[in-house]
Amino acid sequence: MKSLLAALAMTTALTLPAIAMARPVTLTTTLTNYGGDGAYLALYVTDPTGAYAGSLWMAGGKSKYYKHMTDWYRATGGDPAQVDGITGASVGAGRTLDITLDLADALFDAGYTLHIDGAVENMRESPNEVAVPLTTAGAGIPVTGRRYVADFTYDM
Amino acid sequence: MIRALHRWPGLVALALVTILALSGAALSVFPMAERLSAPQAQSGLAVADLATRIQTAYPGVEQIKRSPSGKITAYWFDGGTPGSAIIDPATGRGLASADPNQTERWLTNLHRSLFLDDTGRIAMAAGAAAMLILALSGSLLVARRAGGWRRWFAPLRGPLSGRLHVEIARVAVLGLALSSLTALWMTASTFDLLPIEASVATLPAEVSGGTGLALSAMDILVQTPVTELRELSFPYAGDASDVFSLSTDQGTGYIDQGTGALLGWADLTAWERVSETIYMLHTGQGAAPLGLVLGFMALGVPVMGVTGVLLWWTRRQGRPKLRHNMPASKAGTILLVGSEGGSTWSFAATLHAALTAAGHSVHAAPMSAFDPDRYAGAERIMVLAATYGDGDAPASARGFLDRLSRLENVPAPPLSVLGFGDRSFPDYCAFAGAVSELAKAKGWAPLMPYDTVDRQSPQDFARWGRALGQAMGIELALAHQPVLPDTQALTLISRRDYGAEVQAPTAILRFAAPKLPLWRRLTGHGFAGFQAGDLLGILPEGSAVPRFYSLASARRDGFVEIVVRKHTGGLCSGQLMALEPGDAVSAFCRSNPSFHAGRGRKPLILIGAGTGIGPLAGFIRANARLRPIHLFFGMRHPDSDFLYGEDLRAWQDEGRLAGIATAVSRGARPHYVQDALRGEGAQVAALIRGGARVMVCGGRDMASGVADALADILAPMGLTPMALKAEGRYVEDVY
Repeated sequence: MKSLLAALAMTTALTLPAIAMARPVTLTTTLTNYGGDGAYLALYVTDPTGAYAGSLWMAGGKSKYYKHMTDWYRATGGDPAQVDGITGASVGAGRTLDITLDLADALFDAGYTLHIDGAVENMRESPNEVAVPLTTAGAGIPVTGRRYVADFTYDM
Repeated sequence: MIRALHRWPGLVALALVTILALSGAALSVFPMAERLSAPQAQSGLAVADLATRIQTAYPGVEQIKRSPSGKITAYWFDGGTPGSAIIDPATGRGLASADPNQTERWLTNLHRSLFLDDTGRIAMAAGAAAMLILALSGSLLVARRAGGWRRWFAPLRGPLSGRLHVEIARVAVLGLALSSLTALWMTASTFDLLPIEASVATLPAEVSGGTGLALSAMDILVQTPVTELRELSFPYAGDASDVFSLSTDQGTGYIDQGTGALLGWADLTAWERVSETIYMLHTGQGAAPLGLVLGFMALGVPVMGVTGVLLWWTRRQGRPKLRHNMPASKAGTILLVGSEGGSTWSFAATLHAALTAAGHSVHAAPMSAFDPDRYAGAERIMVLAATYGDGDAPASARGFLDRLSRLENVPAPPLSVLGFGDRSFPDYCAFAGAVSELAKAKGWAPLMPYDTVDRQSPQDFARWGRALGQAMGIELALAHQPVLPDTQALTLISRRDYGAEVQAPTAILRFAAPKLPLWRRLTGHGFAGFQAGDLLGILPEGSAVPRFYSLASARRDGFVEIVVRKHTGGLCSGQLMALEPGDAVSAFCRSNPSFHAGRGRKPLILIGAGTGIGPLAGFIRANARLRPIHLFFGMRHPDSDFLYGEDLRAWQDEGRLAGIATAVSRGARPHYVQDALRGEGAQVAALIRGGARVMVCGGRDMASGVADALADILAPMGLTPMALKAEGRYVEDVY
């Protein structure tokens, strides 16, 4: 299990509501067999106004490709510090990305939305591949992505 | 030093560099294929028009991209299903699938990372670095071999593998250096080692909130031609706060979907422009013809790999293994070896073994490793040195003279210098001589007087060994067994006999060219690629010392031909003259590039007497391009020893031989070949003035007579045979 409490403490927006109250959440992202190289995925959260609140995970280690996750890039200005310490390998076609992290309770049922931007070399850029509201009721219910994500689930 | 810098990266990274080159060459085809297959936008087409056409065909369009080849790709959603296609800009409709080419993807991953991700990227970057080092060190070697950068494309001589290696290298080196340099840049950029600043347009805080403005009403899209477009992304349907984003060759920015106003713009940074140019130079994307040229040059790498390994292997074979070689600091005798092809090393090994057997501690090293500070226990120092070209240091002795001349105090142990060379060359043992002179000038005490060994003579070497033994107070017998190339059995096909009536029995012996395995033919060494003027070494029965005969035929003639005269009591000539068709001898072939006719078009003046006609006849036989050749031939009597008489008449009819002058030495008025030369003096002078090359083959007396005659002929022109020799226009094969 990758505990990301420390990392999230740096991305202040996610921890502002109440750092003391957090729970482990598992994010499961399974990709389709889209027939290309490993996909870069940016997982991040926006607040009820739609403004960027913070990043949860970046699958893909080369910052020169981050601009292809266009929504995330627009929101952060491509600042690699946003994903410092929460970066992993890109995810191959048909593979599953599993991450577990401690998320603040206050993010749930409060109008926050979890987004995934995806991009694959020489293929379509897919901002907003997944956009799912964070609710306790929605936990465990798979959501289908637009192009690369076969299904995405968050479990508490 | 440079050679080591070339050899080791080459050998170590051979496989890696080969994979890089082959996959790179294969990849170089794709940008051109894309350029040819992608429908191009008509000139002047605006992004607004293109986007409108695409939006009409695909209302759910999200993104339009244009690659440097001009290929336009659109991505859309239709009822929740993602779609994409390569677009015909004339109609806005899809033409073909936009899915990536799986072959190209596979090759790309092989080329940049061996399918091993970051580990593979680093390995391939190391391969590119090796390629760069090879290109740089190879360039220095080519320049050195050719005699300067200005002679970069000078004609080459020597065995096929060496020539092929350099021929390809001097054309391909620029492309390979460019590709490896750009590869290193791209790897550095991938690993964030370069401070590349990306241009980021600031997302506007406020938008108009309007939607639905027609694309054709957006000024920036109307003004931007498709040829400058890189990417246009559409706002999310129904999200009034979203914007268009546009990237062009100039930069990137946002467009308000309600007003068409440009909301933010950032020009490409200088770093980005440099990076893009480097990416283009490496991949050929956006410069497809350059890509093809680079790919073609890369195809030379596997050939250079194979020939390079062959060169290294041949060189290595030439260096014997030394047993009990002592460290420099503990040895009483220091042996410094200056060897080009490796034969001097084999003499050094004989000396090393004999001294070691006599109880001495010996350290042998190349002259380039000369380091007197380390010779703490030395009692004597010996230099065994060959000469390269016109008096240059051989490969293993580079820098020796410089180091010696910079020494403030010469070493205390006395020095002995032994030169190895070939007396038939004007600069006989010039390098060893220079070493000896410099040592004398610097006051280095001699152990023995300077001496030389002619044509690897074991007798010369043994004589020097006895003198050395005396100087050292020991019994020293140097029995040098020259390392002979593998011999082959040559079977006699036919013989033509001459000269019995004039007491000079001579025969033209023709042997079948031996059949060779493929790898030997590829190396072009020995029997795989001989030509007239090369040497045939024959090992007579009962002797380990070969005798050399000049070849009168080339590989492509399909036979091996020599001219032999029987010498009274001669072991080898006696055995050869006794051969009947079907009999065989043991023989090997040795290249002799200094006595090749060469490929020029300038006239040739061939001068020979007796058996010296052999290689000259070979040159004439091979003269298919009808270069003007003039032959001066000396014999005893035309009815008895007019070697190749009938052939010469036939070759003259075919135009292979332009003119012939003969001299007959038996008779009332003895006439020698130098007399014939003087008789035609005016014509000879005219030919030489026109750039003719003179080649002389025969006995030493004849050669000196010819040199005198030529000196007289050349004198009125202010020329000398020596001056011609220096230009390589006067060569001798004398015995």
